Amino acid sequence: MSAHRAEPHWRDEDAAVSVHDLTVAYRETPVLWDIDVAIPTGSLTAIIGPNGAGKSTLLKAIMGLVPVAAGTVEIFGHTNPKQRRLIGYVPQRGSVDWHFPTNALDVVTMGTYGQLGWVRRPGKAERERALHALEQVGMADFADRQISQLSGGQQQRVFLARALVQDQQLYFMDEPFAGVDAATEKSIVAILQQLRSEGKTVVVVHHDLESAPDYFDWLVLLNARLIAAGPMQETFTAANLARAYGGALTLLQPRSLQRMAGAPDDAGAEPLVMHSGMTP
Amino acid sequence: MTGAAILHDLIFDYTLRNVALGSALLGIVSGILGAFAVLRRQGLLGDTLSHAALPGICLAFLLTGARAPLPLLIGAGIAGWIGTLLLLNTVRETKLSEDTMLGVVLSTFYGLGIVLLTYIQRRNDASQAGLDKFLFGQAAALVRSNVETFAVLGGMALLAVVLLYKEFKLLSFDPEFAASIGFPTRGLNVALTSLLVVAVMIGLQTVGVVLMAAMVIGPGTAARQWTDRLSVMLLLSALIGAAAGVTGAVLSVQDAALPTGPMIILSLTAMVIFSILFAPRHGLLPEWRQRRRQRRELVAPPLPGESLRMTGGRP
Repeated sequence: MSAHRAEPHWRDEDAAVSVHDLTVAYRETPVLWDIDVAIPTGSLTAIIGPNGAGKSTLLKAIMGLVPVAAGTVEIFGHTNPKQRRLIGYVPQRGSVDWHFPTNALDVVTMGTYGQLGWVRRPGKAERERALHALEQVGMADFADRQISQLSGGQQQRVFLARALVQDQQLYFMDEPFAGVDAATEKSIVAILQQLRSEGKTVVVVHHDLESAPDYFDWLVLLNARLIAAGPMQETFTAANLARAYGGALTLLQPRSLQRMAGAPDDAGAEPLVMHSGMTP
Repeated sequence: MTGAAILHDLIFDYTLRNVALGSALLGIVSGILGAFAVLRRQGLLGDTLSHAALPGICLAFLLTGARAPLPLLIGAGIAGWIGTLLLLNTVRETKLSEDTMLGVVLSTFYGLGIVLLTYIQRRNDASQAGLDKFLFGQAAALVRSNVETFAVLGGMALLAVVLLYKEFKLLSFDPEFAASIGFPTRGLNVALTSLLVVAVMIGLQTVGVVLMAAMVIGPGTAARQWTDRLSVMLLLSALIGAAAGVTGAVLSVQDAALPTGPMIILSLTAMVIFSILFAPRHGLLPEWRQRRRQRRELVAPPLPGESLRMTGGRP
């Protein structure tokens, strides 16, 4: 694993997150195996890998939400578990029951609970901050809307607003683009870029190989083990993707890969992503 | 009996007053804590808790040798609590699903309770008379000291909910996020469940082991139909629970042959059914009527760029 860290792009002490020898297992099955990775401060990082590669688990292990079998996690240079509270979190949309009796503003206000601490209730100031965050994601008109009445994309933006209210330097987002329409995807990307321009670090579990190089500048490629990590330009290569996805990728040669590589006319240059099974 | 006469009896009749007050207190406490259980899809937790409490009642009786209510309630609470911890921990540590473990804990503890109950009854001890009333409750036998015990226990439980309202809300909606911002979700989970144990302690004497599940599930289920706000839902749930308690008490004194606990549950069930059918927006009937109206008044959605007019959209 040290081979990855030997590359002299940047020094480890600039890392927002650095993970050493991390192994996570659900019972006997290891989900993450001996992960060594560092994520630079100020980056927009995509965590990419096939289903079951342990992408979400990596985020949760860093946040202390799942027990780890071995390894250490440093957040902004410290291993103290209290550092985890510096992470703003956008969980997968499907992880909660959207029929819960509450409205959008109330969910976003939950982002202030961590700073409020025990027993104290959110007041006017907290609700105003929440409303402001709803404005940022273009959802101010839906503040009073019962959350089950929101579309998938709107629910996703509510979750994003809740994380914005946390006002952190480091954000973890678990598949924020899952099941959202193109307009919502665009507005989420704009917010990610806004966060980066403010010097914040954002780590996103991402599924779509096509858009990954456009949206993100740093890549963590995962398949239980760390396959590659580094600047998008250098790590988003056919060889790395093939190692992460195995044989499946030869059928899924993303156009983005050709753009990155200056589109050489070698094997697999024909983009097959959207067309398999649709040819007349 | 006229409304005025019922009201008169509720205030001045010693027995009815205590039965109604005790039942109302049960309705309030189980209504509020049951609402959380319903939202967390743990409706059957109350059922398991109350059945798990039975061996506790029997052991407390064997240890103290008397039918004083408080030791028995404490025995019930401890047994119910052990059952809960067993349940929560097994679900976390094994691959067994929650409903499987609910069933296992419920039937094992209940079986143990029945064995102990039979053993106690065989001893021909006069002081045990009526211990089996815990199976179906004995609300009609509630006295002032019972009501006072309920008020103290219930008051403490409600105070905890008021203080930790924000935390319990977050735990119920998104436990993962709660953990990510530093709240100890495991501890909060145990706390919320322990408060439900308190509700069950109150309920055992009133509606009994078997019917307690309805007191936990009913008020929250009915209340959810009427509102989309958690705070309102909790208040409504308390109100519905209390109303069911008082209604059941009043109905059962109309004819001494009617048992109070089951009358409470039947009153509650009527409210649940009414809410499911007729509550505005969430009720089946309004929903059905709205769907019919919408189908009749369906208009084409606006094309992109066209402004969306809510009224008079037909050409």
